[in-house]
Amino acid sequence: MDDTAIGLWGVPLAILAGAIRVSTPFIFVSLGETITERSGRINLGLEGTLVFGAMTAYAIAVVTGSPWLGVAGAMVVGAAFGLVHGFICRLPKVNDIAIGIAMMQFGLGLAFFLGKSYIQPAAPHLPSIPFGFWSGLPQVRAALDINVLFLAGAALAFALRWALANTRLGLTLRVVGDSTDAARAMGINPDRVRLVATAIGGAFAAVGGAYLSLYYPGAWNEGISSGQGLMAVALVIFARWNPVGCFLAALLFGGAGALGPALQSVGVTSGYYLFYAAPYALTLVIMIATSSPNRPVPGMPGALSLTK
Amino acid sequence: MIDRFSLNRRRFLQTTATGLLAGAVPGLASGRAFAAGGLTVGFVYVGPKDDYGYNQAHAEGAAAVKALEGVTVVEEENVPETVDVQKTMESMINLDGATLLFPTSFGYFDPHVLAVAAKYPDIQFRHCGGLWQAGKHPENVGSYFGYIHQGQYLNGIAAGYATKSKKIGFVAAKPIPQVLQNLNAFLLGARSVDPAITCQVIFTGEWSLAVKEAEAVNALVDQGADVITCHVDSPKVVVQTAAGRGAFVCGYHADQSPLAPDKYLTGAEWAWGNVYTDFVKKALAGEKLGNFVRGGLKDGFVKMSPLGPAVSAEARNRFEATLAEIMKTKYSVFKGPLKDNKGNEVITAGAAYPEDAIELESMDYLVEGVVGSAS
Repeated sequence: MDDTAIGLWGVPLAILAGAIRVSTPFIFVSLGETITERSGRINLGLEGTLVFGAMTAYAIAVVTGSPWLGVAGAMVVGAAFGLVHGFICRLPKVNDIAIGIAMMQFGLGLAFFLGKSYIQPAAPHLPSIPFGFWSGLPQVRAALDINVLFLAGAALAFALRWALANTRLGLTLRVVGDSTDAARAMGINPDRVRLVATAIGGAFAAVGGAYLSLYYPGAWNEGISSGQGLMAVALVIFARWNPVGCFLAALLFGGAGALGPALQSVGVTSGYYLFYAAPYALTLVIMIATSSPNRPVPGMPGALSLTK
Repeated sequence: MIDRFSLNRRRFLQTTATGLLAGAVPGLASGRAFAAGGLTVGFVYVGPKDDYGYNQAHAEGAAAVKALEGVTVVEEENVPETVDVQKTMESMINLDGATLLFPTSFGYFDPHVLAVAAKYPDIQFRHCGGLWQAGKHPENVGSYFGYIHQGQYLNGIAAGYATKSKKIGFVAAKPIPQVLQNLNAFLLGARSVDPAITCQVIFTGEWSLAVKEAEAVNALVDQGADVITCHVDSPKVVVQTAAGRGAFVCGYHADQSPLAPDKYLTGAEWAWGNVYTDFVKKALAGEKLGNFVRGGLKDGFVKMSPLGPAVSAEARNRFEATLAEIMKTKYSVFKGPLKDNKGNEVITAGAAYPEDAIELESMDYLVEGVVGSAS
């Protein structure tokens, strides 16, 4: 071996780097979905919002040359998608899960249609901060090249947890999510809170999409997400509706996703399909181990349509 | 006014008789279409046709056909390998009047192309890949494919001169014979420059998985690989990520040099324009189309991207000399004695498999020097 190879150290390094690189879309989508679900509504359409956000951000970045304008544009369309979902769900006898699936298909289809001409042009990428400047190893420097959106997502997770527990807005959100009747008795309009919560959730999910198309892997095509938006919605349940839990679960999924390629690169080559399934198997095991037939899932908002 | 649209008995009989006549004499209606100078050709793609990859290569071929006189081209993108492709082909036949169809994706063949071909025996279908078999499959179907592993061998020569770490990397989708041929040829090309070079392979398991492909490139570069190539549907992510990490890249399917102008060495590209033009010219002349069409660099089925600025003069000479040799004769990239990476001899000394050798179509091993496993 020569000095450019780091051998088996590549595996933990790849898991760390993968956790940072791959997790950001999971963080934003799951934080957005946490806000929506804490208000008592499920938006399954975030996969569509994610992909539409990715397309919008890429298209705006190509046209204007500014990736940050792309992120801002993605937030606007993401909020619009959330508003549509929230508005339809205000109508009586509407099932939010069915609307979510419809919005997902709508978002995917519209993104494919409008994004046709942006597959080929290259957009400017979002900047990253070289936290690995102290290291002489190029591998470590590359792994610690951290995108600002990842840092924003991490900060947001902790801020959200604090806000849910300690602010009036957080209390309002929790009351609406736990009991529609109690919220009404307090003089809160549950529909309005849920509408806003779904819009914010959509805006967050679209930022996740912007990260995909403008940083990593950094290209727009129709297979860019391959289901990450749906997985992030499931992560919320896995994380028990806790923003910091969402952040950690996203890191876990990101790191586990890097495991397969990293193991192959050090010569563990058989059964790579199994390693690729690792994050899903892990989720299943944890879900089964922590669920019980005698009590509801801890942390679940009481007004969520899943519990009714 | 009213009279023009009312249906009197005479007009009714006239129109019905014409319709019946056209129906009763097959070929009358289509014969007239031909006389008016029309051949409609349909192309079906599995992904977007500007993906810098597999589909773009086919769409560039379709564009060459469009330029021919008397030819109308109909195309549809993003058609999944499901019953959807049957609907697409049927609508091209019935609504657009297409009489020659190119369903380009591997998974379209069985059962979709076979089902539609049985229903429309007068329509010609040509499928990209090696799946059509004489005697077993209908005669109005056929296959075409190219010996692109020769291009990956040339990629390997460019990579062999460019690598400093003596480690090169390959991002592969699935361990099928066509992918393994490319992977093995890439390393053999590099080893013809320096036998100490090894090639690390990472299989992603799917034809198009952007995030996993990017992770694979990062893992390869972390392990010291400094020239990367791939066999996935859209090499865009691989090329961009590798160049971003400072590695050299060799392209595949189409020309990706605009994505990494400084790091792009060369690339193995399809030249479907020649193949499609040939098919369509034969169809226009009323000749029988071939059912089993194959070719390599020499036959114009495959071409190389122009060499990039990072290719040294020494590498350029070797590259051009080998290319000239491939253009002259049936070139054997795979020749004995050759061992696989488990130490078994797979080609005995003295044996050589030229481009059209049937043994290559069932390749299931990785040659000595490839780090990885095909299963």
